[in-house]
Amino acid sequence: MIWNEEMECMGPEERKELQLKRLKEAVKRAEEVPFYKEQYDKLGLSADSIETLEDIEKFPFTTKDDLRSCYPFKLVAADPEDIVEIHASSGTTGTATVTCYTENDLDIWGEITARAIGMADGEKKDKIQNCYGYGLFTGGFGIDHGGKKFGATVIPMSAGNTKRQLEIMRDFKSDIITCTPSYAMYLGEALEEEGYGPEDINLKTGIFGAEMWTEEIRKRIEEKLGIKALNIYGLTEVMGPGVSSECLEQEGMHIQEDHFYPEIIDPKTHKTLGDGERGELVLTSLTKTGMPIIRFRTKDITSLNHEKCKCGRTTVRMNRITGRTDDMLKIRGVMVFPSQIERALLRVSKTSPNYQIHVTRPDALDELEVKVEVTPEMFSDEMKQVDEKRKEIAKSISKEIGLRVNVSFVEPGTIPRSEGKAVRVIDERNFE
Amino acid sequence: MTVKQISVFIENNAGKLKKAINTISSEGINIRALSIADGAEFGILRLILTDNDKAKDVLTKGGFIVRETEVIVIGIPDEPNGLNTLLDVLEGENINLEYVYAFANNKTDDAVVVIKVENYDKALKVLRNHEAKLYDEEDIENL
Repeated sequence: MIWNEEMECMGPEERKELQLKRLKEAVKRAEEVPFYKEQYDKLGLSADSIETLEDIEKFPFTTKDDLRSCYPFKLVAADPEDIVEIHASSGTTGTATVTCYTENDLDIWGEITARAIGMADGEKKDKIQNCYGYGLFTGGFGIDHGGKKFGATVIPMSAGNTKRQLEIMRDFKSDIITCTPSYAMYLGEALEEEGYGPEDINLKTGIFGAEMWTEEIRKRIEEKLGIKALNIYGLTEVMGPGVSSECLEQEGMHIQEDHFYPEIIDPKTHKTLGDGERGELVLTSLTKTGMPIIRFRTKDITSLNHEKCKCGRTTVRMNRITGRTDDMLKIRGVMVFPSQIERALLRVSKTSPNYQIHVTRPDALDELEVKVEVTPEMFSDEMKQVDEKRKEIAKSISKEIGLRVNVSFVEPGTIPRSEGKAVRVIDERNFE
Repeated sequence: MTVKQISVFIENNAGKLKKAINTISSEGINIRALSIADGAEFGILRLILTDNDKAKDVLTKGGFIVRETEVIVIGIPDEPNGLNTLLDVLEGENINLEYVYAFANNKTDDAVVVIKVENYDKALKVLRNHEAKLYDEEDIENL
């Protein structure tokens, strides 16, 4: 179902008008924050500088480092009295980034995740098993706000405790599941281990996000859980999950354009790129009042597609994230994304999506090793055959990234499988 | 007449082999024959056991990757050149061996040879024609 037909199916001209009006308001709100105000004053910019949507390109970017320098509350535009909820990033790559929400912001957040539930074939009678972590992480609460706004039943499982997740899934007959794709895989595997299959559960769709994944992983999750697996995108700095979400067509994520204005830029030259061109996604919040964010550089690599979707929605779609500007590995001078390696690995039949990339520099040259967990299907009693499989995988990866690679096999379960995010890359090179 | 063999993926680090063997023996399953094919980073442990189904089950539950295959087990005279007599027969009929391992057996006068071939039907026919002593699962249990 389309949750908000007016906003999701709006004509392009009408939408631009709405966005322009909201963009001016957003910049005006940002001017309440000294961090923005000082920069804009220096450049002679203000909300009045915006006459068309493209005028936003004159404004400076906001980076994750900027947010860190404003830790924790220096970017808050609203009166502290009006802040009702706080979330923060995990801080795994440095100081955490914090986002403060007003009542208005929570309402918007609920609205956009309700739209995601609508896209996932949601109905009010549905039970949503929400296995995103509840806490400072935006996943759990984002879906929670949306589920309640939608009028569905939220089962607030939070992450972890797999045995209990499967028990609840079977006993409560959950209809929709929400978690990270790697946890969805993990649940599928655990279900199998317990001797059950997709026919023993009632799930119809899954809304998966908070980490990068591939079409190959999607297929596997769909098989293991007997569902349609949909992608959801969001980030703490901008709002949380729901900034964009996929409909049942599975052809890109609809950006909620009445609340966010997307741009794609070349991460090096900062030039704005057109439809279909791959670059870094830059987002501006149009309606947030707690912590407005202008031209946030997400570091996520994607492209936009303005064609109308078969589902009837007119909102611009962003493609699956194919890399992070800072996940980008430079190996022997060649740009490599972990997602490329995953794709190449899963192209070989009977492989497991459990892998880890090790980059080392034993002498002057970088060495790339991919550790892959052996599956019963790719194992054989003959060394020759196991070795052939290994070579086949190495060849597939080499073809994809254009570099020589060593593939090694490890026992199942030896690559750390987190219930949140998977550690895919170990870079042991010392650049000191 | 073929016999089931269990193969186990073993990472080349201390304790993995021991863990696999422990897993089997703690269930009272006896190992009748064993060989290891070793690669750079991992090995393949091949086992002839008294209870394959149970072994497969406990190993899988223990997180091991297990595969069951058919092999031919033959009793040969436990004397110098005993193995070559068998190999001559197979070579004469152009039967290629994927691998072979053998062990002496103190309950009979035979040494026992395990072979893996590409074409079982042909290999078995040739061996029968030469009146080779083929072992079945029951013979294995009685070893």
